[in-house]
Amino acid sequence: MLGIVRQKVLGQSLQKVRPAVSLLRSYSSAAKQMTVREALNSALDEEMSADPKVFLMGEEVGEYQGAYKISKGLLEKYGPERVLDTPITEAGFTGIGVGAAYYGLKPVVEFMTFNFSMQAIDHIINSAAKSNYMSAGQLSVPLVFRGPNGAAAGVGAQHSQCYAAWYASCPGLKVLAPYNSEDSRGLLKAAIRDPDPVIFLENELLYGESFPVSDEVLDSSFCLPIGKAKIEREGKDVTITAFSKMVGYALKAAEILEKDGIDAEVINLRSIRPLDRSTINTSVRKTNRLITVEEGFPQHGVGAEICASVVEESFGYLDAPVERVAGADVPMPYAANLERMAVPQVEDIVRAAKRACYRSVPLAAAA
Amino acid sequence: MYSDMVTLQTMDTIFYEAQRQGRISFYVTTIGEEAINIASAAAVTSDDFVFPQYREPGVLIWRGFTPQEFASQCFGNRADYGKGRQMPIHYGSNKHKYFTVSSTIATQIPQAVGAAYSLKMDKKDACVVTYFGDGGTSEGDFHAGLNFAAVTEAPVIFICRNNGWAISTPTSDQFRSDGIAVRGQAYGVRSIRVDGNDALAMYSAVHTARKMAVNEHRPILIEAVTYRVGHHSTSDDSTKYRPADEIEWWRMARDPVTRFRKWIESNGWWSGEAETQLRSSIRSQLLLAIQMAEKVEKPPVKELFTDVYDDLPSNLREQEKLLRETISRHPQDYPADVPH
Repeated sequence: MLGIVRQKVLGQSLQKVRPAVSLLRSYSSAAKQMTVREALNSALDEEMSADPKVFLMGEEVGEYQGAYKISKGLLEKYGPERVLDTPITEAGFTGIGVGAAYYGLKPVVEFMTFNFSMQAIDHIINSAAKSNYMSAGQLSVPLVFRGPNGAAAGVGAQHSQCYAAWYASCPGLKVLAPYNSEDSRGLLKAAIRDPDPVIFLENELLYGESFPVSDEVLDSSFCLPIGKAKIEREGKDVTITAFSKMVGYALKAAEILEKDGIDAEVINLRSIRPLDRSTINTSVRKTNRLITVEEGFPQHGVGAEICASVVEESFGYLDAPVERVAGADVPMPYAANLERMAVPQVEDIVRAAKRACYRSVPLAAAA
Repeated sequence: MYSDMVTLQTMDTIFYEAQRQGRISFYVTTIGEEAINIASAAAVTSDDFVFPQYREPGVLIWRGFTPQEFASQCFGNRADYGKGRQMPIHYGSNKHKYFTVSSTIATQIPQAVGAAYSLKMDKKDACVVTYFGDGGTSEGDFHAGLNFAAVTEAPVIFICRNNGWAISTPTSDQFRSDGIAVRGQAYGVRSIRVDGNDALAMYSAVHTARKMAVNEHRPILIEAVTYRVGHHSTSDDSTKYRPADEIEWWRMARDPVTRFRKWIESNGWWSGEAETQLRSSIRSQLLLAIQMAEKVEKPPVKELFTDVYDDLPSNLREQEKLLRETISRHPQDYPADVPH
């Protein structure tokens, strides 16, 4: 029995690592590789091509090809009217994006990082999120705010915060967090097509990572539903929820746990608001144990909401307390050794899962 | 133009009184700024978009919003286009191209620029007009909006109602620049200062500004100098921070409505009789509108949950169901005038 599980897991982990190998049972042909950057770029390109109302604005998106080269080639293809290089004023260009959306266009507003979105947060919340409600449907805001979120590598406290929990607490917004290239393409297209304002949280360190994509994903009509999580790895002993970069860590943790006889189910949330409570609860009712993983600050984080949801709906099914693995409750330090300790590592997830399974394990990490 | 100015003045008096009588919860008057409101509205077309602050209901009056429509919003009843979601005076009407008032100061400025930029991209023969007070020019959004409008060459008319007061803050505590017009110039926006209480001057300036904005694709800033005769709102008593005789002087000696009336009378187009007739007719229309609006039932319970998103999400559908069940079990705990 374990041998069959191990084979399936091996096949799946090989898919992530060396997709050229013919162990790919789920694909009919050899899958193509695509980086997250290419995924986002192609999604933007296709949506701008399909709908003339879609346009891109932000700092460095045009001539510089994008601060992280996500909008490479778009200025050349669509011209300066549809790829707008803005002056340095997040509050300004967010307000302008909202005005354009009120008028009926579909702006994609890029924040160089979501840390800078704090300059514009009044417009995001008070002008975008609440407008449809306050105007009783007269002012709809089909806007997408996108950019890198959370920790990168060695960028310090003011460039490393995760905003998933902040934005996801606000009714009127939708909040998405893609992990791989399939997520990035499908969710960005869905976000652009959605009539409500969407916060699209990318991750700088994932931009260069390559993932296999099927022909279906490469098709220009490909779209993922907003509000549905994906079970990246099925398991029966403990549920691990994660989003963005932490999905990769959770999958690695699952491989390690596998060796210790713990079969983890890894859920890629994909959508933070609306949260796919049904998938999460169904999983917990199967495994009876839950670990939530996020990079952001622990208090009032995404894990807190997931825990509350499970306690409200599946309390009787829990065999162990829900544990939240989150970033340290400090502003992100710069020094590499300190930074490493301030964000969750694969070992932290492994230890938390073992604790949930009542394996004896020391609580503190060894320095 | 004159009859709309009188309508605005009368509406303000009557609705203010209604708030004092406890019939509506809140009101904001435009006393002293009737010329800015009506003349600027008259000088642009119905194709142009309006991004107001909150002291520009006159623009809606000019565009055809009826006393009944105003009253419905103030009473937050079933006929309110805003479905009872906001405080009184937060009017909004897509069909009149008047973007819903939101309380946040100056946020409409960059929004107006965005909409103007979109108009330009669509190659429409129209512009955007946005209003704000002297206080609003201190906000970062003013800076960003004007800068952006100049860079993107957006067809937008910025009208600053410099009425001397931002609640209790006089302009001497608000800025030390020579008014607002110099700020526009600093950003590369052609600017002009106008006597905001002179309806003809306002009309002339806005009319020319519109031509420039639409034909040359450029932003224009108009600083309309005036005085806020009324209190900031019904939550304010301005005699606490400014002399009562100063208010009286501006109300009587510098009233823009009286000034315009004298001009049309001197041209033989108006008379004392026409005046009495107009005022009494408008007064009864407004009183009737209030009486009717008061009796109309409130928006139904389902409107608590709609419009958060384009489609009603499942969690809100559940909450609505739960609420209805609770109401049917305990009807005595819920207001009788909210239909479910």
